[in-house]
Amino acid sequence: MSQYFSPFVLPFCAAVLVLLGICIWKYVRWYKHFDRLQKAIFLKNLISWKFIPALWEAFREGILHVRISRKNLVLGYMHRSIALGWFLLIVVGAIESHMAPTESHPFWMGIFFRYFVHDTPSPGISMFFANLMDFLLLYVLSGITLAYLKKVYSRIVGMKKVTKHVIFDQFAKFSLWAIFPLRLLSESLSANLYHNGGFLTQSVGDLFSSSFASTFELLSWTCYSFSLAIFFVALPFSRYMHIFTEIVLIFFRHLGLKERTAKTGFTMYELSACSRCGICIDNCPLNKQLAIPNVQSVYFLRDLRYKRVKPEIADNCLLCARCSSDCPVNIDLMSIRQQARHKQELDTQHNYQYLDNIQPFNAIGRVGYFAGCMSHLTPAIPEAMVAIFEAAGQKYWYMDEDKTICCGRPLMQQGYLNQAGELRRKNIEMIKKSKIQFLITSCPICYQSFKKEYKLPVPVIHHTEYIAGLLQSGKIKVRKDDLKTVYHDPCELGRGCNIYKEPRQILKKTTQLVKAKSEKEDSLCCGYNLGNTLINNEQQKKIRDAAFKNLMHKKPDVIATACPMCKKAFKHSMDFPIRDIAEIVKDNLIKK
Amino acid sequence: MAISFGFTISQTRVVNMDNCDFGKLHQLERITPSFKKCMNCGACTATCSAQQFVSFNIRKVKSLYTMGQLGGLDKELAKCMLCGKCTLVCPRGLNLRPIIMNMRKLLTTK
Repeated sequence: MSQYFSPFVLPFCAAVLVLLGICIWKYVRWYKHFDRLQKAIFLKNLISWKFIPALWEAFREGILHVRISRKNLVLGYMHRSIALGWFLLIVVGAIESHMAPTESHPFWMGIFFRYFVHDTPSPGISMFFANLMDFLLLYVLSGITLAYLKKVYSRIVGMKKVTKHVIFDQFAKFSLWAIFPLRLLSESLSANLYHNGGFLTQSVGDLFSSSFASTFELLSWTCYSFSLAIFFVALPFSRYMHIFTEIVLIFFRHLGLKERTAKTGFTMYELSACSRCGICIDNCPLNKQLAIPNVQSVYFLRDLRYKRVKPEIADNCLLCARCSSDCPVNIDLMSIRQQARHKQELDTQHNYQYLDNIQPFNAIGRVGYFAGCMSHLTPAIPEAMVAIFEAAGQKYWYMDEDKTICCGRPLMQQGYLNQAGELRRKNIEMIKKSKIQFLITSCPICYQSFKKEYKLPVPVIHHTEYIAGLLQSGKIKVRKDDLKTVYHDPCELGRGCNIYKEPRQILKKTTQLVKAKSEKEDSLCCGYNLGNTLINNEQQKKIRDAAFKNLMHKKPDVIATACPMCKKAFKHSMDFPIRDIAEIVKDNLIKK
Repeated sequence: MAISFGFTISQTRVVNMDNCDFGKLHQLERITPSFKKCMNCGACTATCSAQQFVSFNIRKVKSLYTMGQLGGLDKELAKCMLCGKCTLVCPRGLNLRPIIMNMRKLLTTK
């Protein structure tokens, strides 16, 4: 043992113990803060086959970083080289130290191998390992070099803006960046003295004089051990907590856990899984069009994790979910944002007792149609829907023809959970008692609410899904006009409910569909989303104008959309034809 | 003879502006300066979803708030469903939802 011990391994060993202790302590504490349902789901699914796909995803995302690579290849390479390279350095190092013919194999052997072991009986194998380890080190160093370059010029990895880190994160980052150059230096100095290096460390080592090497060898290894120790101790408190937490989170997700309406221990896992990579910054409309620099998800999650989030940060978000679709860790950013907006004592009960005496309608054998508040401001949409129902011979019940009960999503988004629940209960009662076959809604905001927040006994579909179904089954027939039409993906319908296909199917049958510059998951928010209460009308218009420019890419004649809110946004002080899909279908109907 | 028009005339009210407390008004104007742009047209009230079910007049609430007549306004504001139609129809481009939320917050907090 004494042969393979030197005082410089102590900081490293102590730090590993501290790291493990803190991580386990944190994970157990967060688990205790799960709510009852989450604990039940966790325990129910704990022993299942779900572990196998989870393991695969953990390897793919935690080590290979596939989702980041899809965003940008160089950025993906940078993360992969550091993660995969370091992982293999640890694994191969451990194998190498265990294969070495030494009488004991303490666990730090793999890390400081070349300081302790100088000659082995089989030079072929040791040369193989030395070269392999050198190759892995070079791989990691290439990633670290890219990280340095990214700091100077971030566009090299396809990012316009990078995260502004807090001092502590900077400190942890520089200790990480110091580890591998110090490892190179230490191994090179040892290689100079004992000639046990591979292609990289030996050639670097030979640059030094042997007196220099013998003077600084121990110091260099000590610095290496300290840099590892500093990084490990800083890890659980800095952004690097994501390294382990992301993997735990992937397992939790595969076991069926997700965010709840209130903050739980699961939220803590999600907050710590954020690597603060800053990919969410560039495409955030508030950053891009309004240059508001400090409200993006990365800063919001950080502030929430360190318990210093301010309402003006939490409230300043459109909830357009652009960052959610960009996030390489797939954190449920929208739910966390809504949790943080919880209004506590302002969220009172029994506010809507005036709705109590509204009687449901007996609608057996009909479909329900819920236009939504906003559709009442764009009456052409419900009118078109009524015409389509009649053309298809569909009996319907127009639920909110003269009086609209809000679906509750706007309240939900602003953190009035009780109040939203009250509206929801009323709507559920109305729908249940009416005995409709299924519910059609014209407003993606209501649609998302009905689909995700309500537990309805009947299916809910958006009117684009309904019309696409009618066209497919031949219940209505349309002619095709020759107007060039571009489709604007509403946030709530696209990124919110994953409906991209149906609207395009309809438009392809009714008109000449052209592409926008960025669409589907990458589409731009119109800015009039109900999520944000802090930006003013001028700022909304700026965001809208950017979305408009994006749509004008192929010079279309008409903009088509499927959301009354988006329609209203593009109508606001603008003179360009914008129509809902329902209107286009209605105008192109072939009368039987 | 009583004829129902579906609405009634508000009761006459005398407010002595010398004795009003404008503290909450100034607070609100600090948080949402656009509040000052309101011209009392009442488009918000006409479109309001809650108003279809119950007597709820956001324009009146605004006027009372401006004059410091704050009694019972928080109960009144709680009727709002926050659907946002008022914001979209406002000809002055006011963002009414935060104004309603902040008014309620200021009225509830001492």
